[in-house]
Amino acid sequence: MTTVHIPFLQTGTLAVGGRLLEDEERSVQSQADRPSSLTKGHRACQGCAEALAARWVMDTAVEAADDKLIVANATGCLEVFSTLYPESAWKPPWIHSVFANAAAVATGIAASLHAQGRDDIRVLAQGGDGGTVDIGLAAVSGMFERNDDVLYVCYDNQGYMNTGVQRSSATPTSARTATTPAVGCQPGAPVGQGKSMPKIAMAHEIPYVATATVADLRDLEHKVRTAMSIHGARYLHVLVPCPLGWGASSAESIRLSRAAVQSGIFPVIESRAGELTDVQPIRQRMDVEEYLRPQARFAHLFKPGGEDALDRWRAMAERNIRHYDLLGERS
Amino acid sequence: MREVLEGSQAVARTVARCRPGVVCAYPISPQTHIVEALSVMARTGELADCEYVNVESEFSAMSVAIGASAAGSRAYTATASQGLLYMSEAVFNAAGMGLPIVMTVANRAIGAPINIWNDHSDAMALRDSGWLQLYAADNQEAADLHVTAFAIAEELEIPAMVCMDGFVLTHATDVLELPTQEQIDAFLPGYEPKQVLDVLHPTTIGTMAGPESFTETKYLQHLRFLDAADVIQRWSDRFHDTFGREAGGLVARYDAHTFDRDREAPGANAEDIVVVAMGSVLGTLQAALPELRAEGIPVRLLGVSSFRPFPGGALRDALGDSRHVVVIDRALELGSGGVLTGCVGRALAGTRSRIHSVVAGLGGRPILEESLRDVIRRAHSRDLPTLEFMDLKAGGIPRPPVGATEVAR
Amino acid sequence: MRQVRIHGRGGQGVVTAAEMLARAGFLAGHEAQAIPSFGSERTGAPVVAYCRFADGPLRTREPVLAPDVVLVTDPTLLGPVRPFEGLAPGGLVIVNTTTDAPTVRDAAGARDVDATVITVPATTITMTHLGKPKPAAAMLAAYAAAAEDITLDAVVQVFDARFPGAIGAANAAAAREAYSYVKAELAGPTHGLVAATGKEASDA
Repeated sequence: MTTVHIPFLQTGTLAVGGRLLEDEERSVQSQADRPSSLTKGHRACQGCAEALAARWVMDTAVEAADDKLIVANATGCLEVFSTLYPESAWKPPWIHSVFANAAAVATGIAASLHAQGRDDIRVLAQGGDGGTVDIGLAAVSGMFERNDDVLYVCYDNQGYMNTGVQRSSATPTSARTATTPAVGCQPGAPVGQGKSMPKIAMAHEIPYVATATVADLRDLEHKVRTAMSIHGARYLHVLVPCPLGWGASSAESIRLSRAAVQSGIFPVIESRAGELTDVQPIRQRMDVEEYLRPQARFAHLFKPGGEDALDRWRAMAERNIRHYDLLGERS
Repeated sequence: MREVLEGSQAVARTVARCRPGVVCAYPISPQTHIVEALSVMARTGELADCEYVNVESEFSAMSVAIGASAAGSRAYTATASQGLLYMSEAVFNAAGMGLPIVMTVANRAIGAPINIWNDHSDAMALRDSGWLQLYAADNQEAADLHVTAFAIAEELEIPAMVCMDGFVLTHATDVLELPTQEQIDAFLPGYEPKQVLDVLHPTTIGTMAGPESFTETKYLQHLRFLDAADVIQRWSDRFHDTFGREAGGLVARYDAHTFDRDREAPGANAEDIVVVAMGSVLGTLQAALPELRAEGIPVRLLGVSSFRPFPGGALRDALGDSRHVVVIDRALELGSGGVLTGCVGRALAGTRSRIHSVVAGLGGRPILEESLRDVIRRAHSRDLPTLEFMDLKAGGIPRPPVGATEVAR
Repeated sequence: MRQVRIHGRGGQGVVTAAEMLARAGFLAGHEAQAIPSFGSERTGAPVVAYCRFADGPLRTREPVLAPDVVLVTDPTLLGPVRPFEGLAPGGLVIVNTTTDAPTVRDAAGARDVDATVITVPATTITMTHLGKPKPAAAMLAAYAAAAEDITLDAVVQVFDARFPGAIGAANAAAAREAYSYVKAELAGPTHGLVAATGKEASDA
């Protein structure tokens, strides 16, 4: 008789599923009839955290909206890998217009639904960091400022990965990209620390802003659910490691996300009407090296001459820890 | 009821009576009076069941219109010049996705040098964007065209620009008769989108098409454009039958003597010089040409009402036996000549035609009746070059005098 | 066809004046058209607008080059903008000023131009009624007093329709006073001669 080894999933685990939990505590993904909004057959890379995050975000939103959700998508990996004619991996009604206008298209959908008296149908817009913090920033900001009834989700992989890994204004300091090569006296991205879109969103004092990662999918789900319980402009910023762009193993996406949070590099927060309302404390502090070292885009940091850049990373982590009280020292 | 109205007001009221579901607004001269008027109507309730969205750019204006149209609403916006170029990526996109948005273009020059006055450079720059382009000769037609534009666009699933000369029409006040709410409700069918973002019947709009399928996609778009000519003519005929006046169509024919618009006017004769033009200069030509007839110059007038699709067949029919054409062109194809001239030339290819391109009225330079007559007289005496810049001043770039008025400019 | 050119400064309501004139002309039974010459001019810059009346359809879109009537709503423009330029022989020029016709002709360099010059202190009159230097109604009322194209009632009516309530009433009051002023001016000894001969400058 053959035996199969089945790992025991501890109650309260963060792993996908959570079928040992009570019904009301289970994740959407644990349900046999989960929406599978981004369904099988898409062409995302192995280990793509954006695909993982989008599936969780969308399924949670679809469930929260009682299956009445319309999605506007910016140009980018997520769009390209999901909708090559004649196939579509999207189950909800979904539209892609151009790169910079997902937020505005979503506004148009929301306006139309309101004019039709269909406020029961919810609207979600999504894009990568390029479509959000760079080329699409004006439309996103306009949507925020008007407080249009749209949840905007940015999947931040810190660069233009769809076009072959070029620098965006979300690309962090010293990162190697195709347009910030790791050569010369200042290898990698010479300027910038990655534009903080959550702070920009908070400055608009919109009803809800949150950040999340794929390292804590239940937290991501919780934030989508919270966002969907609110009307008006909402913003969710999800860190999504890109194995190709970051030069990391496909198996590392979750671990890198966790390292980004636990090192203080990526604060996981919630904000309402511009006020910071919740910060996820660091549970097991990690050094920034644990985040940086597995990524080939930072390989030059660990060669002679990389010390300055490493120092900048440590300083960035310290700043975040202080600013957001990530170690809970003030509370 | 005949009333005195500014062109922009006339357009805004007519658009409101077409019952749009979403109107997007971003200011740019000379289009602003239209969306200002619509904002008032949105507040007073005259524009009912409509979301009026103040956007942060023209790019977002078109994008909001795209989202609204895809979600099943009749969507409208207005722009001009730099604004049209700023939204151009989304303009092409709307056409590719078959979203029947209607947009007023208050035609204005494109900078640099920055210039807020009228010519046709803006819409001409987007002539291949896949939108219908319908040109108004006067403010009555500008208002009326919006009614047919919604009908045509929605039947074809092709978005439509209604082009009206900036300032010359948008800011001019004329005696007009607007279609009433009851008339428009009876004439214009409700918007029933053929593709819509529907939660009960989900669809994916805006997929990527690879090399295997892109050519055929464009070819089908081309075929629909060919269909558009018949649809435009049919709605124009229906408008004429219902309201008793002309609005749009493919070309505008004029009586050979009175220069009144006359759809029954016969084609031109072999000895006729035919002046082809588009937009408000047609009115000035109507006023200017009778004097030439009186002088014995055989001149006819022909208006292009639909620039996209370009009505090659209707143009050839109206030209009849004449092969001597003077095109008054308000947009310049640098190094070649007028943009409209190029289209007329293509429509007449292989017909041994003599075509003059007269570039006039760029950046708001007034087109004067006497200048038009001068050009035609010279065409008649075989003294007009193939390309002429009307009223071109010699000696470099003139400086406007202190206190310059439009006349002095 | 009657053609009118209006000179003024940005903020004086020149464009409104042209539109109101077209409306008043329509009420008088004419086909009418108003064409503002819009620029990027700001408040205070010279502005010009045009109006046409006819008994048949008005089709031309060219600016008015040979006006039958010129309205000048700011006397400081008389020199710079050459308001008599292109004026049809025997044309009518109405100037908002507290001075007289000979002074106007001197300022405009138009001593010998074949024209009837009417002066009216439209801004002064408007300030007493409206409290704002927007003399459009008073200017149009002066025009109604000096020519047959429009009536005082029509001027009052179009301003009241555009500005219902107190502002319309104040414009109406200004219009009536300006109308009476010009009627009296035309009936007076000097201007009686002027209207008849059109040579008031040389006589003065």
